[in-house]
Amino acid sequence: MDMEFSPEDLAFQTEVRDFIAENYPAELRGKQDEGDELGKEDFLAWHKILYKKGWVAPAWPVEYGGTGWTPTQRFIFSEEIARADCIRLLPFGLSMVGPVIYTFGTPEQKARFLPRILSGEDWWCQGYSEPGAGSDLASLRTAAVRDGDHYVVNGQKTWTTMAQHADWGFFLVRTDKEAKPQEGISFLLIDMKSPGITVRPIITLGGEHEVNEVFLEDVRVPVEQRVYEENKGWTCAKFLLAHERTGIAGVASSKRGVERVKAIARTELDGDGPLIDNPFFKRKIAELEIDLTALEFTELRGLAGPNAGKGPGPESSLLKIKGSEIQQRLTELTLEAVGHYGAPYFRGFGEGDNEHPIGPDYAHRAAPTYFNMRKTTIYGGSNEIQRNIIAKMVLGL
Amino acid sequence: MDFTYTDTQDMIRDTLARFLADTYGFETRQAFIAGDEGRDPAIWTALARDLGMLGASFAEDHGGLGGGALENAIVMEELGKVLAVEPYLPTVVIAGGALKAVGGAQADAMIPEIIAGNAIIAFAYAEPQGRYDLANLTTSAKKDGAGWVLNGHKGVVYAAPWATHLLVTARTGGGQRDRDGVSLFLIDAKLPGIVRRDYPTVDGNRASEIYFENVAIPGDALLGGEGVGLDLIEQIVDEATVAVCAEATGVMQKLHEGTLDYTQQRKQFGIPIAKFQVLQHRMVDMFMEVEQARSMTIMGALKLDLPAKERMIAVSAAKNKVARGAKFVGQNAIQTHGGIGITQELAIGHYFKRATMIESQFGSADHHMARYERLALGD
Repeated sequence: MDMEFSPEDLAFQTEVRDFIAENYPAELRGKQDEGDELGKEDFLAWHKILYKKGWVAPAWPVEYGGTGWTPTQRFIFSEEIARADCIRLLPFGLSMVGPVIYTFGTPEQKARFLPRILSGEDWWCQGYSEPGAGSDLASLRTAAVRDGDHYVVNGQKTWTTMAQHADWGFFLVRTDKEAKPQEGISFLLIDMKSPGITVRPIITLGGEHEVNEVFLEDVRVPVEQRVYEENKGWTCAKFLLAHERTGIAGVASSKRGVERVKAIARTELDGDGPLIDNPFFKRKIAELEIDLTALEFTELRGLAGPNAGKGPGPESSLLKIKGSEIQQRLTELTLEAVGHYGAPYFRGFGEGDNEHPIGPDYAHRAAPTYFNMRKTTIYGGSNEIQRNIIAKMVLGL
Repeated sequence: MDFTYTDTQDMIRDTLARFLADTYGFETRQAFIAGDEGRDPAIWTALARDLGMLGASFAEDHGGLGGGALENAIVMEELGKVLAVEPYLPTVVIAGGALKAVGGAQADAMIPEIIAGNAIIAFAYAEPQGRYDLANLTTSAKKDGAGWVLNGHKGVVYAAPWATHLLVTARTGGGQRDRDGVSLFLIDAKLPGIVRRDYPTVDGNRASEIYFENVAIPGDALLGGEGVGLDLIEQIVDEATVAVCAEATGVMQKLHEGTLDYTQQRKQFGIPIAKFQVLQHRMVDMFMEVEQARSMTIMGALKLDLPAKERMIAVSAAKNKVARGAKFVGQNAIQTHGGIGITQELAIGHYFKRATMIESQFGSADHHMARYERLALGD
């Protein structure tokens, strides 16, 4: 057992670090520093740079465009991405539908969709949750009825992240109403420009437009856009949930988040000294750092331990639970640290002139981010669902 | 980067686990800890001579297997799983660690005795007024010709009733809490003037109050330099702290497994209580603490060789996390068992008692949090 990187790994680390330094878009860096909301072009700009380098999908098999890196190299890559504060690539194509297609898709589906996911030409969204089907996903009611070589889809999806930008969506739909809930579901790829699709924004607590409702009314979907067998879509859904958990713990980005909170706490004043000297605040930072270390080494044990390369097991639910809790605590401490200047709300409102800025820059997104990050313990299988998974799959209860 | 165990390490774990399964059944343990001796000396002898286990973390030159902190962690975790009272921690981890660090004739003489099972060494460091401050010492060693004269009182010295030797911290100079002036001595436990009051501890071990009354000790009992022993003492206590984190991991795992078993047997409202989601989620939370304790133990063991500051940050992070986890897992194991959990009848309560003592051994969660803050978040 050792924590050292091999000379090859160290060389790789340098290569990644240099590449990011030379190629990360300056304009994007500026927007992040200002705390601006990022749009489709921002995500695509970085995506396309990584695509050109061949690094956009490290987890994919090489034959479909993956990098063939070792788990350690993938770990180094994600560490460097986080260390440099690069934006996260959206997961819907690269981490979700892509792996489903190369695992369950037909040769035609692979040829048609995978290259465009890699290149960023197609923007994907996920049609899973419904108003009546959240944690109990299998109770979904959006129905697809066969009509010749098409399905006709009717129903409603919700919490559809970035659907406003999406070219394509992958949807779970019911194709057999008589079967048990999990057994009558199919996995469809739907062109978001199809007639009958309406996307309606949902504005979240921070004022962001991230998620949407998607209404489907007599949407005609060619049968060849069904992945895997009819009524076997739950297999794809389960695979997708368990797949690509590398980085689910968010350790690298939380490490950077801790440094950011510490920097704020060294700047903010509290009594005679900086906030970081307040024993109560300091204690919370220290406890967070320690918990993050525990999470980091739990992840490393999985990554470079005896089961490395065997794919993620249900233990990854632990990483999701603890990782999301830590992400939330970070935003909580940031908001606490900025004090009064958590309150000003800038959306749709000028930030004033440069001579009289309202509060420090680092305070501008503190409250909206805190509000927004409450999502992390709810999405991707709520943390209660993750506990159910561990209870059943690991503890055998 | 590699987080796998070597074949030798796997063999150490498997061999020890099999041996302990045969020798350390719960009823057997309860019988011998209640006896006069408080242990079965044949087990220690077998660990040394039949299994070679006491040499796992010593160099091959001294007759060991060439291991180190990870081997100690493996042994301690397995000992924790059976609530062993064997004096591996003070003898091998602490005294062995000090001897490895100073080397020379003292190591050459003593380490083979440890490996052979002939020496049992208790660590007499704590004093009533000192709490977890290793430098806060009133025990004094005054130069007397070629040797020293030792006076003072050491508290709660685990394994002292069985010890052939004592590893003693004492002041050879400086004020009561100074870093300078602290020395470390390895002495014969039967020297004239050593007075012991022996007693059982709540976790099934044996310990003593030790009074040194003008004890004449030879000059070669000094380990390391005179008056500059604190760095070494901090190092071996950090090594010991990681070792009790490993023991805690074993104890916590058994608390968790015992709770899983019990909730599947115990029926209320007509069904096993394991079917209740509120208990399932609590047992998942316990599971996560066990896994994180294991992660932090490995982290601490891998960082023991770093420079002192980084080592202390790592060890304090580990102990803080493990102490919090041990409390959580222990208390919830008892709660989930209900009334039977607070009796002596089931093993679970005995694991809870050991987990509780480990929480504060070599520093409580608060003590280590404070050291972490000072070193990691200080100026």
